[in-house]
Amino acid sequence: MAEIRLEQLAHSYHGAPSNPADYALRPMDHVWEQGGAYALLGPSGCGKSTLLNIISGLLVPSEGRVLYDGKSVNDLTPQQRNIAQVFQFPVVYDTMTVHDNLAFPLRNQGQTRERIDARVREVAEALEIEPLLNRKAQNLTADEKQKVSMGRGLVRDDVAAILFDEPLTVIDPQLKWRLRRKLKEIHQRFNVTMVYVTHDQLEASTFADKIAVMYNGQIVQFGTPRELFENPQHTFVGYFIGSPGMNLLDIALGASGIELEDRALAVPDAVVARLRQHEKGRLQLGIRPEFVQLVASADAVLHGYVDLVQDQGTFKIVDVRLDTPSAPVIKVRLEEEAPVPDGRIGVHFPEAWQRFYIDDHLVEAADEDL
Amino acid sequence: MKTYNNKAWWLVLPVFVLVAFSAIIPMMTVVNYSVQDIFDPSTRYFVGTEWYREILADPRLHDSLVRQFIYSFCVLAIEVPLGIVVALSMPRRGLGVPFSLILLSLPLLVPWNVVGTIWQIIGREDIGLYGWTLNSLGLDYNYASNPRDAWITVLVMDVWHWTSLVALLCYSGLRSIPDVYYQAARIDRASHWAVFRFIQLPKLKNVLLIAVMLRFMDSFMIYTEPFVLTGGGPGTATTFLSQTLTQMALGQFDLGRAAAFSLIYFLIILLVTWVFYTAMTHNDDKG
Repeated sequence: MAEIRLEQLAHSYHGAPSNPADYALRPMDHVWEQGGAYALLGPSGCGKSTLLNIISGLLVPSEGRVLYDGKSVNDLTPQQRNIAQVFQFPVVYDTMTVHDNLAFPLRNQGQTRERIDARVREVAEALEIEPLLNRKAQNLTADEKQKVSMGRGLVRDDVAAILFDEPLTVIDPQLKWRLRRKLKEIHQRFNVTMVYVTHDQLEASTFADKIAVMYNGQIVQFGTPRELFENPQHTFVGYFIGSPGMNLLDIALGASGIELEDRALAVPDAVVARLRQHEKGRLQLGIRPEFVQLVASADAVLHGYVDLVQDQGTFKIVDVRLDTPSAPVIKVRLEEEAPVPDGRIGVHFPEAWQRFYIDDHLVEAADEDL
Repeated sequence: MKTYNNKAWWLVLPVFVLVAFSAIIPMMTVVNYSVQDIFDPSTRYFVGTEWYREILADPRLHDSLVRQFIYSFCVLAIEVPLGIVVALSMPRRGLGVPFSLILLSLPLLVPWNVVGTIWQIIGREDIGLYGWTLNSLGLDYNYASNPRDAWITVLVMDVWHWTSLVALLCYSGLRSIPDVYYQAARIDRASHWAVFRFIQLPKLKNVLLIAVMLRFMDSFMIYTEPFVLTGGGPGTATTFLSQTLTQMALGQFDLGRAAAFSLIYFLIILLVTWVFYTAMTHNDDKG
């Protein structure tokens, strides 16, 4: 049980990193609070597993410190840190029974037989693998093996944290959902810090209270699923969270205000003034497909035609191609019953949901802007 | 349209021919000899199982069979654990890898009779490294006159020659264990011994099975090295089965008896190998 703090932590697999691209993890400060359920979300190769292995001590960071409850653990091995980690692919001790597999971490700690048996039963019950307890681990199916791997992570109740590295990759979808619920239950029951690595936003938001989104070796945003959805701090978060992701349009700051190619957009003066204060960079407007409104063509500055409709069953995704020179596509999410408009239509971005990005970073709106 | 004919037989014919010439025909020839008493090509008598009964009651065979089993047992008991230890202590990355691989391969490249000659010289007490060292340590060592010394020398020679094979097989087995197993073991706070016992050894089982069978069969058929080193002496201390057989077949030209001997010899190897295989794999489908 511990709060895990990362201080100026960075890691490079090369000896001497000379530019940011050499880093697998770019310098970061971060805190995982005691008892939280966290997800670490990001695409493959963004450094999620590297970060996890540094927290558990399997990897020694090239820069910075890892602190458990304020004490540096940089020089401690995973054994000394007393942390649990579950890996992407099942790891079982083939020659042992399922019971012995689960008991193994406890036996290594020298716990008493009664305590071990009680804990093993408890975990086996939670993971629904009681009938397997006397089977040899090598003859189990892949998802049974993964449950055993997870069980070995959960069986110790004194660990600093439990780290999960995409643990449900090999599990079939039905069971995946149940296991996620189980983990959540276990989290609530034992109040242990859990960090769950995944590239699936649904998995992240069903498991975690707060999600850290990683991109290119950095945590670009840390927040609740709602914050990530409503207020992406980085264009990557906008694009990665949500299905489909945020619409991002290149815009320019003209003499009269915000311009999207040859159209002037209606944006409050305060926002324009705010954008003018920042130094130059790539300027983008972001808006979620859920918030785009299709209106009569007379009521809008932007116009376009419906290009493609994807029916997702409970909602529809409509691609609207704007009639500006470069003809960008705006994705719009419509209710399943809503009619798909024909011909030239107006496209409206409500002010409250417009987000502005300079070089991929959100330009925070000041209170008076809203 | 499908054509039904027997042309596919032509495809397997080459294998039949090959196996016939390499195994079946020579073996049946031996079977043929073993049931006859042959004086010359035109004077031969069918004797049934007489040779077999005689061989099975022959004390010479009993002696060399016992000698052979003790020898093979010692070879396995030394080479398998030693090979595992060597494999475990080999470097996993860096320049040490090719270096140790080449070093270990060297003994395997030396032909059997050369190994015998090398040890004939190394074992000499006047100029040999091994013999001289032992004698200057005050041990009375002479492989040419002392049966125990001769026996031990043949054993040491085999260990020198073939431990590398076991080590290389184990090394390849160890290298194929994914890193994540070691990581999981560290997370589970497993001791070094537990890592060996529950990860490395189980994962090595298949290569060890091959190593044990190869070393058993080879050591059970050992011929060249003791023949070159001691000629089977002093006395019969290093006369193993194959040498007894050769003396019988070529030395005395006792073809029928030698053929019966060969077949019994072959069946023993087959039986023991089968026992090894079954013992090491019978747990696989349980659980």
